[in-house]
Amino acid sequence: MIEGRVWKFGDHINTDLIIPGRYLDDYSAANLAAHALEDADPQFAKQVRKGDILVAGRNFGCGSSREQAPLALKYAGVGAVVAGSFARIFFRNAINVGLPVVVCPKASQVIKPGDVIRIDLHQGTIDVVGAKQVLKFDPMPDFMRSILESGGLVPYTRERLHQK
Amino acid sequence: MRPQTFAEKVLSRASGKDARTGEIVTARIDLAMSHENAALVLQSFHDMGATRVWDRDKIVLLFDHRVPANTVKAAESHKLVREFVRQEGLPLFLDLREGVCHQVLPEMGKVLPGKLIVGTDSHTVTYGALGAFSTGIGATEMASVWATGELWLKVPETKRFSIVGPLPEGTSAKDVALRLIGDIGSDGADYQCIEYVGEVVDAFSLAGRMVLSNMSVEMGAKAGICFPDSKTREFLSTRSSEPWTAVISDAEAEIGESMQFDFSNLGPQVAKPHAVDNVVSVEEVEGVPLDQVFIGSCTNGRMEDLLAAERVLRGKKAANGVRLIIAPASREIYIEASEKGILASLARSGAVILNPGCGPCLGAHEGLLAAGERCISTTNRNFKGRMGSPKAEIYLASPATAAASALKGAIADPREVSS
Repeated sequence: MIEGRVWKFGDHINTDLIIPGRYLDDYSAANLAAHALEDADPQFAKQVRKGDILVAGRNFGCGSSREQAPLALKYAGVGAVVAGSFARIFFRNAINVGLPVVVCPKASQVIKPGDVIRIDLHQGTIDVVGAKQVLKFDPMPDFMRSILESGGLVPYTRERLHQK
Repeated sequence: MRPQTFAEKVLSRASGKDARTGEIVTARIDLAMSHENAALVLQSFHDMGATRVWDRDKIVLLFDHRVPANTVKAAESHKLVREFVRQEGLPLFLDLREGVCHQVLPEMGKVLPGKLIVGTDSHTVTYGALGAFSTGIGATEMASVWATGELWLKVPETKRFSIVGPLPEGTSAKDVALRLIGDIGSDGADYQCIEYVGEVVDAFSLAGRMVLSNMSVEMGAKAGICFPDSKTREFLSTRSSEPWTAVISDAEAEIGESMQFDFSNLGPQVAKPHAVDNVVSVEEVEGVPLDQVFIGSCTNGRMEDLLAAERVLRGKKAANGVRLIIAPASREIYIEASEKGILASLARSGAVILNPGCGPCLGAHEGLLAAGERCISTTNRNFKGRMGSPKAEIYLASPATAAASALKGAIADPREVSS
């Protein structure tokens, strides 16, 4: 179960907004976290708290293949991203770095900034805490959830190589 | 055999099973490309506990985003990759010599029809222009490809764009790509495999087809294919000795959606800030003052792009107050343009000629924009902050439109400048 306070973003939040190319020569967690979503909301990186959840519209993460995009969000403390749809590379990258992503087109219409939501990846539900409102989504395939639950593709593969 | 789409055929061959649209398959990768972000890949590779790469001859590495190294951090990250290449004995490492990956791999003859190619760069879709299934992936999953040679992929639905022409004189592949994106939107082909067909695509050179395939990702597509023909064969004849056969969708294959576009009256197109699908005809933005013009990138830094720009600029000067920056996409193009006098002519028109690379396109170096500045660029993204300050504005256009705009110091219609 993932619980957190909501930040809202619009449609087409691209990878340059999530982490601009001008900061990409430094792969450190501190650098990426400090500039997360800087060009979309300059206050975000300063005010985000560990476990906060992003709720956005369509096509979240469109643009570059840079894995630093989901990493920047994860390092900034983001606990999950819920969006109407995701660009495909961002979606893959998020799972691979262990950042939970949920496709739920209704979420951005219903959920408000500052709401606290609870996501159940197994059941495919988003519970808006205190509002008695539950949104449903299609749970992801088991293998993807296993990657997420291992903490990403690195620990997932390490465990599997170890078992061999 | 049931009729199959191009994507189903390639992914069936690569997974060793009948891969159907919508299914998730584990596919064997034919070629894996990384640039600077190989540094991230190898970090994950080591963290996974992997020790050897699966096939040394299937990994191409080069630097193009920050060449020559623009910061100490970039230099250190280049160094890490060079050390890994040495330890692993990877033969297909090109360092910073060759230029932009998506131009260089086709030049090397490494991109063949029907191959399954992945790269840690979203514009890896470019290789679809030669009839390969080719797509962008992330660094960590590339590490897993390096270790195992395999990757899970969902077999994409197919969307077919049939483009009717002929195009009017002065309309280029970039104008076609921008109009398509404007029409279907930046997520209009999400997760899909676009097949570009029709007389306009047939008439394009491989360079033109590479523009279409390259820009497919700006509609969210997983791949963007132009089927091989005599031009593809001719291009590959001097570059690869490996045999290949064209892979083409069966006539009865299930196509998700077929769309027809009549571009017989299409003029030059421009994408306005800050979205690639914010596309208008050039007349609507004529006269917008500019500070910088950039011609280059994996989208439009090829020989025919430089020729188109030079035709407009020949014997004339870029307007005062406008910085004209030009980067040939590869060393091969740089040499050809240099030997033909094209670079000299462009320099006489006031252009600053850069080494082949991606620099300005992603705001890495070599021409960043200040707050309040405006640039027209032949690249592929005009997102806020993409080329420097988030308070700058980027317009996307063809090389001819960019060159005409350099002459005027403001966005201009290339048909008027050349006549």
